[in-house]
Amino acid sequence: MARAMTRHSEAQSIPVSFTLNGRLHEIEVEPHELLLDVVRDQLGLTGAKRSCDVEVCGACTLLVDGRPVSACTTLAFEVRGRSVLTIEGLAEDGKLHPLQQAFIEHGGFQCGFCTPGMILAAKALLDENPNPSEAELKHFMHGNICRCTGYKKIIESIMAAAKKMRVKA
Amino acid sequence: MLRRFRLEEPQSVAEVSELLGRFGESAKVYAGGTELLLAMKEGLVQYERLVNVKNVTGLNEITVTDGSVTIGALCTHHQLETSAALTEKLPALKKLEQNVANVRVRQVGTIGGNLCFAEPHADPGTLLIALGAKLITEKSSSKREIAAEDFFVDAYETALEADEVLTKIQVPVPSANGRSAYLKFGYLERPSVGVAIAFNLNGGVTGVKVAVGCAGPAPRRVAAAEALIEGKSKDEAERNLAQAGAVAGRAAQAISDLHGSQEYKEHIVGVLLKRAFQRALS
Repeated sequence: MARAMTRHSEAQSIPVSFTLNGRLHEIEVEPHELLLDVVRDQLGLTGAKRSCDVEVCGACTLLVDGRPVSACTTLAFEVRGRSVLTIEGLAEDGKLHPLQQAFIEHGGFQCGFCTPGMILAAKALLDENPNPSEAELKHFMHGNICRCTGYKKIIESIMAAAKKMRVKA
Repeated sequence: MLRRFRLEEPQSVAEVSELLGRFGESAKVYAGGTELLLAMKEGLVQYERLVNVKNVTGLNEITVTDGSVTIGALCTHHQLETSAALTEKLPALKKLEQNVANVRVRQVGTIGGNLCFAEPHADPGTLLIALGAKLITEKSSSKREIAAEDFFVDAYETALEADEVLTKIQVPVPSANGRSAYLKFGYLERPSVGVAIAFNLNGGVTGVKVAVGCAGPAPRRVAAAEALIEGKSKDEAERNLAQAGAVAGRAAQAISDLHGSQEYKEHIVGVLLKRAFQRALS
C-alpha cells in the first residue's frame, strides 16, 4: 500500500536502522507510514493483523524493545535504533517458544486471528512478571481481544507456559 | 493510511514553541500519538506538519520536592504506573494511570498528550483537578502556571495558546491526613463517567475537592457538591453524599450518547461519588 503512492519530489525520507527479529535492517520510510503497513507490506511479515485499527483490540501487537505497542497506530520511523519482535521471530531455529507450544497444547486459539498479538503480549507480560496471578494476567492482557475462545484457554495456555518457563530459568 | 505530513524534530521547548507559532494550525505537537494519530486516521484532523517533541530532554522526569511531585509532560502512563514516587506519594494517581486504556496505549501515550488532547472520555484530568494540580506551560519567552481546574475549556479544547507547550504537571503531595480516590465506570473502550474526590480527614472532612469527568465535554470541579461535605463530620458528610452526588451529576453537563443517557450518567456520577468517598476513607 505504501509503495503504491506517488512520491512527491519533496517527500521526506527518514532512514530507519533497527533490529527486526534479531537481524539488523536499514530501510527508509516517509513520516506518515505506519509500522503495521511497513512490517506487513514492505517486510512481508503478515503475522500482525490490522483488525480494529484504533489500538483497542491488540491484533496488531508488536514488541518494541520488549514492550507491546499497537503497530496500527505507531509511525514506522519510531522504531529507529530499537529492536522489534514479531510473531515470526519468536521461534528459535525452528523450535517453538514455550508460549507457542502452550497455545497449541492447551487450545489457546481457534481462528488464530488474535493469536500473534496474544502471544506477543503474553511474552511481554512474562518478561515483566514471570509468575503473574490470574488478576495480573487479566489486567495486562485486557487490551487483547478474542472473539472465539472466551479467553479461558488463553489464560490456561499462558499460565502453563509461565510455569514451564519458570522451571527452565 | 495516513495522509502525508512533514516531520519536525526540535530539540528544545523554545524550538517547539517557535515552530507552533510559525506554522499555526497547520502544525501539531506529536508525542505518543495515541489520540492524535487516531483522529488523523479517521480524517477528523489534518496537519501539514507534526512536531515530534520526544527529542526535547528533561520533560519525562518525575521529581519529588518538599511539597509536590512534578511530572514531566512526556512521562508515559507506563512510567507513571510504575513510578515508586507516585506509589508512595500519590497512590490514587498511580492507580488511575495503571488503568488508562490498555497496556499498549500506556506504553507510548503521555500524560501531557492526554491532557492537551482533551478528549472528554479520559481519566487523568479529573483526578488532577481534585488533587489541585498546576500545569506548567512555556512559550518562547515566558512560562506560566494554569490550575488544572482552569485548563479544560471544552471537548478537545484547552487553555493553551497556539504556541504554548505543556512541560510539567505539579501535584501537591497530600498531607498525612489527606485522602483521595478516583473511580471510573465504562463498558466501552473509553470511560463513560469518572469521579474524583480529595479531602483532609482530621476530625471532620475539610479541604474537599470533587471533580467529575467523561460524562460531559470537559472535566469540572464541582464546588456546589464540595459545599455539602466541607467542614462536616465524617458521618454527616456521608449522609450528604446522595445530595452531593445529585449536584455533581447535574454539574457534569452530561449528554445522551452511546455511553448512556444523560439521566443514566448523572445517576452513575452519584454512585461513584459515594463509592469514591468510601474508597478514600479506607
